[in-house]
Amino acid sequence: MSAVGVIFSNIHDENVPELSRQRTMGSLPYGGRYRLIDFALSNLVNSGVTTVGIITKNNYQSLMDHLGSGKDWDLARKTGGLVLLPPFGALDNSGLYKNRLEALKGITGFLSRRSEDYVILCDCDGVYRMDFSDIITYHEQKQADITLVCHNEKIGNASNYTVVCTDESGRITDIETNQAGLGSSKYYSNIMVMNRTFLLNIINDAVVHGYKSFSEDILRKNIKSLKLYAYDFAGYHATIDSLSSYFTHNMELLDKNVRDELFGNRDIYTKVRDSAPSKYGDGSEIKNSLISDGCVVEGTVENSILFRGVKVGKGSVIKNSIVMQDTVIGENVQLNCVITDKNVVIRDRRNLSGCELQPYFLAKGTMI
Amino acid sequence: MLLAGGQGSRLYALTNNIAKPAVPFGAKYRIIDFPLSNCINSGIDTVGVLTQYQPLVLNEYIGNGQPWDLDRNFGGVHVLSPYQKKAKSAWYEGTANAIYQNLNFIKMYNPDYVLILSGDHIYKMDYSKMLRAHIEKGADCTIAAIDVPLKEASRFGILNTNADGSIYEFEEKPKQPKSTLASMGVYIFTAEKMYKYLEEDENDPESSKDFGKNVLPAMLNAGEKMFAYQFEGYWKDVGTISSLWEANMDLLGEEPAFDVSDPSWKIHSRNPLAPPEYLGENSIVKNSMIALGSEVYGTLVNSVISSNVVIEEGAVVEDSVIMSGSVIKKGAHVKYSIIDEGVVVEEDACIGEGKETAKGIAVLGRGITVGKGAKVAAGNIVDKNIKEGEEA
Repeated sequence: MSAVGVIFSNIHDENVPELSRQRTMGSLPYGGRYRLIDFALSNLVNSGVTTVGIITKNNYQSLMDHLGSGKDWDLARKTGGLVLLPPFGALDNSGLYKNRLEALKGITGFLSRRSEDYVILCDCDGVYRMDFSDIITYHEQKQADITLVCHNEKIGNASNYTVVCTDESGRITDIETNQAGLGSSKYYSNIMVMNRTFLLNIINDAVVHGYKSFSEDILRKNIKSLKLYAYDFAGYHATIDSLSSYFTHNMELLDKNVRDELFGNRDIYTKVRDSAPSKYGDGSEIKNSLISDGCVVEGTVENSILFRGVKVGKGSVIKNSIVMQDTVIGENVQLNCVITDKNVVIRDRRNLSGCELQPYFLAKGTMI
Repeated sequence: MLLAGGQGSRLYALTNNIAKPAVPFGAKYRIIDFPLSNCINSGIDTVGVLTQYQPLVLNEYIGNGQPWDLDRNFGGVHVLSPYQKKAKSAWYEGTANAIYQNLNFIKMYNPDYVLILSGDHIYKMDYSKMLRAHIEKGADCTIAAIDVPLKEASRFGILNTNADGSIYEFEEKPKQPKSTLASMGVYIFTAEKMYKYLEEDENDPESSKDFGKNVLPAMLNAGEKMFAYQFEGYWKDVGTISSLWEANMDLLGEEPAFDVSDPSWKIHSRNPLAPPEYLGENSIVKNSMIALGSEVYGTLVNSVISSNVVIEEGAVVEDSVIMSGSVIKKGAHVKYSIIDEGVVVEEDACIGEGKETAKGIAVLGRGITVGKGAKVAAGNIVDKNIKEGEEA
């Protein structure tokens, strides 16, 4: 299979403003020791892709810090490898894209210099394990122009998802927006495959005609003339489109079946931090929780996820919470349904609580 | 120059298939991570690792040295194995001979000083401080030494020194030690002196080609300037089952005897690729260390657990070290034991005995299966499968 991967790291930032204020969607911490981009990136690498372009726009320092040279994903290569694609800042500021189509316009140089046959495009709002080579095989079998990956995950509060309707052969007959639960339940995941030169042609065509929207002007308008196919992905797929879905999907990782499906083959890669293994004190009591490396737990943790380097002091009780990396929780603290971003400090005897639909959020570096 | 060829025969089943420096330690490390991390943290970026006994795992682990930041265009880490020569081909015969056979490697970098390390100690040490002392004293050879209790001193090579730290006598495992300064097997040589004495030693047919037994005494007899550099801090030779167990236990507790989480002196290692560890609804975990990817549903007390270990519900693990990928099934008891990688302990099996009464540490070798309800007595070392209900 010869395909180049393209990841949009910024495109859903506005869905989770609390968490993406100082970072891209791609660098959003997830599942204890990962960032959302790790899933797309690892899936690409495990599908045999060795060149991945990452489109960024703003706030991408955390992303660059996370990715480094790409060596943790085996993408530090002489040929291809990881290519960060920040906006091409022209004099008229035209490099800052506003939508998917403009973002693609900005990387035509990257795409045209490649020699791979196919392009796999994906976003950073999904958590899944997928073999993209299966999609390319399907794409070839159907002789499709564009193959869109669809899943049947029930999406709760999204306002900008897309459902597709298909005929028996899988060919897309209609694309609808904002139709949750009505008619088709094939949710379009923004993962798509197409021929590289075909993509370059439609980008050029869009430039000439001044098109603005990929889904409107490219997909929907050409639904009859282009062969658009839907590839049904039956596996676990989580879409992060709000703080509460971030919370629920993280918590789904406490289910062994979900964990086995995502991590069973031990090949979701992430940045290596060389933390020490986590330590549990004499007074620790831990139930149904995921604990990452570098943690020191002296208190009680239930139904929670602790990221790397978290400290939980004696007598503290952490329930139903997501505690991001290097957060320090003092003694006799009580947390329930709380999400702490990185480097939060919670002093002794504080008592914080949210609820499952509206978890209480503490921004990066907050001290309580 | 890191001497990593040792067999480590006193670790028995744990070194059947791997060299001692590759033995797993402290949930996510291997012994060699400590000298390698010490090197890079001390600013040493050219390291030769001399391997000989069962080098596969060690070579694979070191790779290009990237985990220790030792993948360099100039220098970096190099694995040096014995090689065929035109006239006489030989294995490494002793520590001095191993370095002698690699003098060409050392000379390629034209160093002023050479640091000799061994790959079987657990410690954090800034070699640059020792080098500074070596230069300040104008020494030809500096030997790192640690104060040991008097009653244990007869197990070590003892350095007898004058007030200024210069050495006037070596005693190898003395019955009546005159001092408690034990050699740590860490030497700094001024390069030219080392070349000279290694060549002389090589030409001496009587020599056993060992630094401690031959080269260092020869230098002392010839009146070279030799100093002891006293190291203060944690240092442990993990060459025996009990010392390996103790060193693992030294990582536990609120104020551990040995701290691997010091951000100013990171211990680098090849990291396991695994999700965070999961602790189940009925798990009980006290005073323990657990690495990524493990799943604990049972009881774990005073233990060190490597990555991807499963401890099923109702299983009890106490005072033990379990290496990666092992599975302890329902109702099994593991007490005062070391379990190597990939071992399966079937349901209701019983390994070892409580620390207070046990005669010794039970050891299960790599990849074996202990059948349902089987028993392994305290202090036994097992490297073959044990069938259901049997005792060993």
